[in-house]
Amino acid sequence: MASDIALTGVAGRRGGTGALGDLLFRHLTLLFAVLVLLILGGVIVALVEGAVPALRAFGVSFLFADVWNPVTEKFGALAPIYGTLVTSAIAMLVGIPVAFGIAVFITEICPIWLKRPLATMIELLAAIPSIIYGIWGLFVFAPFVQQYIQPAIIASLGQIPGIGALFAGPPLGIGVLTAGFILAIMVLPFISSIMRDVFETVPPMLKESAYGLGATRTEVVLQVVLPYTRIGVVGGIMLGLGRALGETMAVTFVIGNAHRITASILQPGTTISASLANEFTEAVGDLYLSSLVALGLILFVITFIVLAIAKLMLLRLQKRAGA
Amino acid sequence: MALSVAATGFGLLWLVLVLWTLLWNGFNAISPTLFAEMTPPPGSTGGLLNAIFGSVVMTFIATLIGTPTGILAGTFLAEYSRGSRFGEVVRFINDILLSAPSIIVGLFVYEMMVVRMGHFSAWAGAVALAIIVIPVVVRTTEDMLNLVPNALREAAAALGTPKWKVIVMVAYRAAIQGIVTGIMLAVARIAGETAPLLFTALNNQFWSTNLNAPMANLPVVIFQFAMSPYADWQVLAWGGALLITITVLCLNIAARALASWSTFKQ
Repeated sequence: MASDIALTGVAGRRGGTGALGDLLFRHLTLLFAVLVLLILGGVIVALVEGAVPALRAFGVSFLFADVWNPVTEKFGALAPIYGTLVTSAIAMLVGIPVAFGIAVFITEICPIWLKRPLATMIELLAAIPSIIYGIWGLFVFAPFVQQYIQPAIIASLGQIPGIGALFAGPPLGIGVLTAGFILAIMVLPFISSIMRDVFETVPPMLKESAYGLGATRTEVVLQVVLPYTRIGVVGGIMLGLGRALGETMAVTFVIGNAHRITASILQPGTTISASLANEFTEAVGDLYLSSLVALGLILFVITFIVLAIAKLMLLRLQKRAGA
Repeated sequence: MALSVAATGFGLLWLVLVLWTLLWNGFNAISPTLFAEMTPPPGSTGGLLNAIFGSVVMTFIATLIGTPTGILAGTFLAEYSRGSRFGEVVRFINDILLSAPSIIVGLFVYEMMVVRMGHFSAWAGAVALAIIVIPVVVRTTEDMLNLVPNALREAAAALGTPKWKVIVMVAYRAAIQGIVTGIMLAVARIAGETAPLLFTALNNQFWSTNLNAPMANLPVVIFQFAMSPYADWQVLAWGGALLITITVLCLNIAARALASWSTFKQ
């Protein structure tokens, strides 16, 4: 920025204590900015260092082996990776349409006096700590699902040949589906608040022109607003996905922590973060611990990629808006 | 369009349901003993005093470490690195840290501090929480400093004020409410964080003020007690959950009120 350059010039020419103070303060702030980078670097180094014994013992097959046996010290990450991906997929499947609906309601339909309180309430959903969702899921939601929802699913969808395998087994309440659903509630506010923000960047002129041509509200949203904000919407979804992948406590309470892959999403499973939360402090043996750290490393790599893509997309949108 | 109304109702329904069951179950657990006694062994009565104390201490230390770090790094981004490549990288990494899974932070501090020191400790817990505070404060500090009109800085500079004084005496003062809002939101976030404490502060059944030893804290106690089969432990878990939620929601609402009050004033 031009004024910025001018400012440094002025301060630089004056000399004396001002220049010394400037030099010190500038480097002090620089030091802490570098610290932010060091934290990320430290995370990567620490995880890799901790994961090396497991990766050396099992090699690439660690990623594809479906075993988790602390007694014989054979470990493979397939079941937790699978659980992480499936629960997040369910969360996205449920969360995206609902978040989209909320964002459309707040930006297009809602009367102005209701806008602020409504947005605040949805955002308070995001502020509730994940352990609260966990305890609520365990004591309230899982029994409800067990008693009412799962029997209905098993009786209807479970009987269809083919996809029936997805919904087989006894109604346990806890399991992959329940975990995915609670994740959906948790990522809702993140996705909907970003969608809301990007929807508001649509120039009113564009929408008004469409309305002027006789388009209905649905047509305006689907054919004007959505195409215009495509990148931002996808960015917001990716950000929500990043949250869902790494979410720990809410999932740990309701997933059942079973290291196995079952076709049925009604059965217990595990995710990377739930395995870590459940087993880490009780793990005995270096290989066991190292395998858990390796799981953490895998989670970190996956979320890093997802979040980086999300960030880049949102940045692109910002640049376009600025231009 | 009716669908979007339904979606909004659906979203709010969960907020209401979660809060309602929390209040219902939590109020049954709230009693004077909750604040006066230690966490009990199963089958006997007790409270959460040691856990409340531990949470407050660790949150306090984490804020003490994280706030100055975050403010200074945010200052660098807003005041010294506009448009620079390095600034963009730091900003990008900071945003990644902002939404990185908190359990990864716990693993990192475990490898860095717990393994080296040879034991779990409250210090490790506080550092893990501080790492979560930093990106939040960096982000809000930068955003708030960017909102300060350049004319203010130019006016101060024209009087011959060195740049560091312009930042400390002018920009900080103009942005202070926003920065405080950010700190409050960060405190709200760590008050309920569980995952990073599992492998760092661990838990402690007894009263302990030793920062070099494992320390009880509300989130981990809630986790352990809720997962246990004992009814009286589960009641305590609900009580703790209610305490945390009230704290977090109050901080959030206060932060929002502060933010809207300061924009109103401008």
